[in-house]
Amino acid sequence: MNQEIEAIKNQALSAIDQATSLDELKEVKIAHVGDRSPIARANQGLAQAPTDQRAELGKLIGTARSTINQRFEARERFLIAERDSRVLQEEKVDVTLPTARKPKGALHPLTILSNEISDLFVGLGYTVQEGPELEASWLNFDALNIPADHPARTMQDTFFIEPVDSGLVMRTHTSPVQARTMLENEPPIYVICPGRTYRADELDATHTPVFNQVEGLVVDKGITMAHLKGTLDHFAAKIFGPDVTTRIRPSFFPFTEPSAEVDFFYNGRWIEWGGCGMVNPKVLQACGIDSKIYSGFAFGMGLERTLMVRHGISDMHDIVEGDVRFSRQFGLGAR
Amino acid sequence: MKLPLSWLSEFIAFPKKITIDQIVEGFVKVGFEVEGVENPAKDIQGPLVIGQVISIEELTEFKKPIRYVALNCGEKSLRYVVCGATNFKENDFVIVAMPGAVLPGGFAIAVRETYGKTSNGMICSARELGLGDDHSGIMVLEAKKAKPGVDAKVFLGINDPVIDIAVNPDRGYAMSIRGAARELAMSLDLEFKDVNSKALISSLEKKKKSGKKVSALITDPSGASRIYLQSLIDVDPLKPTPDWMARRLTQCGMRSISLAVDITNYVMLELGQPLHAFDTAKIQGSLRVQRAGKYKDFVTLDNVKRKLSTEDLVIADDKKVLALAGTMGGLESEVSEFTASIALEAAHFTPMAVAQNSRRHVLSSEASRRFERGVDPELAEIASARAALLLIELSGAKYVGSSKKITPIKLRTATFSSSEISELIGCAYSDKEVQLALTKIGCKLRKSGKKWIVSIPSWRPDLNNMPDFAEEVARYFGYQRIPSILPNVKPAKSGASGLTSIQQRKRGMALQLAARGLVEVHNYPFVSAKQMELFNFTGDRAKTFKIANPMSEEMPFLRTHLTPGLLATAARNLARGEKSVALFETGLVFRNTEKLIPAGNVPTSKRPTAAQIKKIYESVPKQALHVAGVLAGDFEQAGWWGSGRSAEWTDALDLVAELIASTGNQFTVHNVELAPWHPGRCAEFQVNGKAVAHAGEIHPRIISELALPPRTVAFALIMDALPFAESVKAAPVVTMPAAIQDISLFVPQEVSAQQVKEALIQGAGELLESIQLFDRYQKPGEQQVSLAFTLVFRASDRTLTSDEVSALRTAAGEQAVKSCKAVLRS
Repeated sequence: MNQEIEAIKNQALSAIDQATSLDELKEVKIAHVGDRSPIARANQGLAQAPTDQRAELGKLIGTARSTINQRFEARERFLIAERDSRVLQEEKVDVTLPTARKPKGALHPLTILSNEISDLFVGLGYTVQEGPELEASWLNFDALNIPADHPARTMQDTFFIEPVDSGLVMRTHTSPVQARTMLENEPPIYVICPGRTYRADELDATHTPVFNQVEGLVVDKGITMAHLKGTLDHFAAKIFGPDVTTRIRPSFFPFTEPSAEVDFFYNGRWIEWGGCGMVNPKVLQACGIDSKIYSGFAFGMGLERTLMVRHGISDMHDIVEGDVRFSRQFGLGAR
Repeated sequence: MKLPLSWLSEFIAFPKKITIDQIVEGFVKVGFEVEGVENPAKDIQGPLVIGQVISIEELTEFKKPIRYVALNCGEKSLRYVVCGATNFKENDFVIVAMPGAVLPGGFAIAVRETYGKTSNGMICSARELGLGDDHSGIMVLEAKKAKPGVDAKVFLGINDPVIDIAVNPDRGYAMSIRGAARELAMSLDLEFKDVNSKALISSLEKKKKSGKKVSALITDPSGASRIYLQSLIDVDPLKPTPDWMARRLTQCGMRSISLAVDITNYVMLELGQPLHAFDTAKIQGSLRVQRAGKYKDFVTLDNVKRKLSTEDLVIADDKKVLALAGTMGGLESEVSEFTASIALEAAHFTPMAVAQNSRRHVLSSEASRRFERGVDPELAEIASARAALLLIELSGAKYVGSSKKITPIKLRTATFSSSEISELIGCAYSDKEVQLALTKIGCKLRKSGKKWIVSIPSWRPDLNNMPDFAEEVARYFGYQRIPSILPNVKPAKSGASGLTSIQQRKRGMALQLAARGLVEVHNYPFVSAKQMELFNFTGDRAKTFKIANPMSEEMPFLRTHLTPGLLATAARNLARGEKSVALFETGLVFRNTEKLIPAGNVPTSKRPTAAQIKKIYESVPKQALHVAGVLAGDFEQAGWWGSGRSAEWTDALDLVAELIASTGNQFTVHNVELAPWHPGRCAEFQVNGKAVAHAGEIHPRIISELALPPRTVAFALIMDALPFAESVKAAPVVTMPAAIQDISLFVPQEVSAQQVKEALIQGAGELLESIQLFDRYQKPGEQQVSLAFTLVFRASDRTLTSDEVSALRTAAGEQAVKSCKAVLRS
């Protein structure tokens, strides 16, 4: 019996030693280590052994099993180490090969910029308001102190909807959203209104009949032009970097009084950015806000212009034509 | 508004050292954008002198008249020049460009042989000097002042920069040299030298001779508040406009026409009051301001016959219309080379009346632009006196009196305190400062307690409320004085904060699609009738809005769907060399499906009533927010790994399924026939039984018309039709072992996979954890389809026995047999 066990052990150890790969070792495990291996069966046969030999035999089998197991584990460690150092090295691939099977998607940079501006104002506590692009002329003009036959109406080349007495226009600015906001909410109002706007300008390097604006509107107690200036400075610094300088200079908009143009100094020159001013009391009045209690400011910028300046885009066609090569430069959110 | 510096200098004592840049900055500081500074003299180099014509030799052997002219240019000997113009005679003074001179446009003058003579220079026309359009002859100077050999640039005063400023609609008073000068003087803190209006008026009165004057009436007081009509006789209609006047008109962008017309234009440019000179001989009876009424048509100066509206404000005599008031004169009553007496009209028309004239006749003139923006009512008298005096001086006319109708000008006042201004601007202005700034613009101030009572100058109709004056004070001291303070934002009363749900959804969907490889585009929402027809839209999607004044007559309609724009942009990308293209767009669509009633005239003097607001809101059509995409060509690219994979209908459906799933909504999918999709390959996605999206292959007819790759697919989803799902109630994760069963069955081909799946789910009962179709096969020509599903069963409290599981599988299969005519495969 002793010799038999010794033979089983030696066979097992020899098989373990001869295994040259983890796969072979797996086979060896089944044949010489597992539940159906000779040594396992010998152990199961203990019950039939004479009682007086059982203890010694058991010890013998136990020692043999433990030797086999130790040898197996040592061999396994060895083979794993070998695989790690050699086999995996042989499986090396060229990681510089192209990997993109999926086309490269992208957001339009105007979307990225609009989101960035909305987020910047949401961070200050503003909400984002949007409205229809096909709009009532009362909201686009009248409510904003641009009465019919006022020269200011002709400042903006409006697209009218047939029949012309429908009272519908393609909004010429996002300001009707401001009017809607004031009609629907009581102050305090702190909103930012991004959106598409329309004016009958031919598409050329710097103009497009369909463009995007972002407007801000604040109506609260004690709002001053200094707050407008502070907000514009903050806005410009976030969009163009902390070193940007802004200036405001007098101008005219029917919906603001005083009114101003805002410029910023960028790459060595003053660039017109947008219009702004203190909300005209007539506008507050048309929206039912008491101008004796509340004051407000508003500003509006063109997103295309902002984008062109910030990213050195020289031709509006690139922004409007939907060429994938243009938008892909911006990916999912590069600025 | 073009402002010659020499003319501004008549109203402002400029310091000697002032530069053009300082003047430009002065205008910008107070709100006038400078659009450019022109100085034609900058383009003239080298010797340009005055020469006197000594003798003229006519050279007759050529096709056109040529003169060989001897000139005294102040030199030791005479200078001989060949000249093609004939509008001068001996002893006239002309401008001579000497050899070495360079005229505007790089025109270099040299000694040259021409017409058999040596020409030692050139006699110049106004156009050659960049001084105007007149090329009919050379410039002949006034003999009185000219001297041979004098530098012509100095003599003509053409070294005179012209500053072009943009005047905003609220500052009509600045559409004149006088008004702009007042602003500039205020900005630069220089003395403003105003015209002496009293002296002008009395000086005219002194020249009054006896004679018959034309009388003026205002029969419609809503159209005009004052009119002055100066009658002049013995006008010499052939007297030319003096050079200095013609030159200034040219500098300001107007043409010299005739002396009388030029004088009215000159005075308008100088003072801001439009005037009109009528030929008295053409006036029957008196001249009156009235509505067109019975008069049907009328020919304006520009020789256009205009159909009159009864509401047009006109100037008429007893019989006919003479002018479209404040807008344009009439051809018939225009002064001509036979005009011997003139009725010089200056009126103060109501801005709105002129604006309506101008709008109705699409006729914007120098006069109408000024009236619309507001002309100083005091000016009519002053300007008409100034113009009459010029006519007397320059044409030898005699003044025989004036007729006037005037409404007294109401003195307007405003009351506010300096602190109100400081509070609006956010910057402290003392009483002294407020007084200084407002006095500079012509206000008169007096104090009543803490308040100012301000008399508003007649030329400032834009000044009404405190904020108007705040702007004046702030711009006088410069906007740079205002501090920069970020306000403390207060939360909205509605409790709203951050982005709304739909805003988040729009962003999320755009990001999802971009991450899946689609590129976002922003298409114009304009479509053509041809596109509408090609896409074969029916129902709501065929009902569009038409723009009355579109950019392109071909594309006057608003999009009702995003696919026309997307497919066009896809085609453009492919034409530019892309092999495959995947695009998406989010945006509004416009469907003319509701009965819209214009809200009508809602006043803005106070908040509209709730009913009025409702009417305004309801006059605007609902504009749904869509997201749509197109996949054309490969959606998986070919590469070193092997070939690519064309986009197919499943890709479009999968994108939609993913978008809807991201909103937490459950959906069902149905085959539908809907343009612009392939009628057999279009899926409708429904949520709660309502269509929210469509996806599939584009109709092959559209694909071939737009030259897109075969089997191009597209989807469109209505973002705001998707409900906002309630928050997810999470089910516990069960860790008992799963039992997996496959089931294969044949179904008739008209049964959808979805129907089979639903039957299996119903039959399998609650222990079914998941079900997935893993195989579909249809032998060509056979009417039945083989489907195979994997069913995963799991109980939360025990391990399912094999008997239990096979019973569940059988139950599932039986339900499919029952409701889908399925046959189980062994």
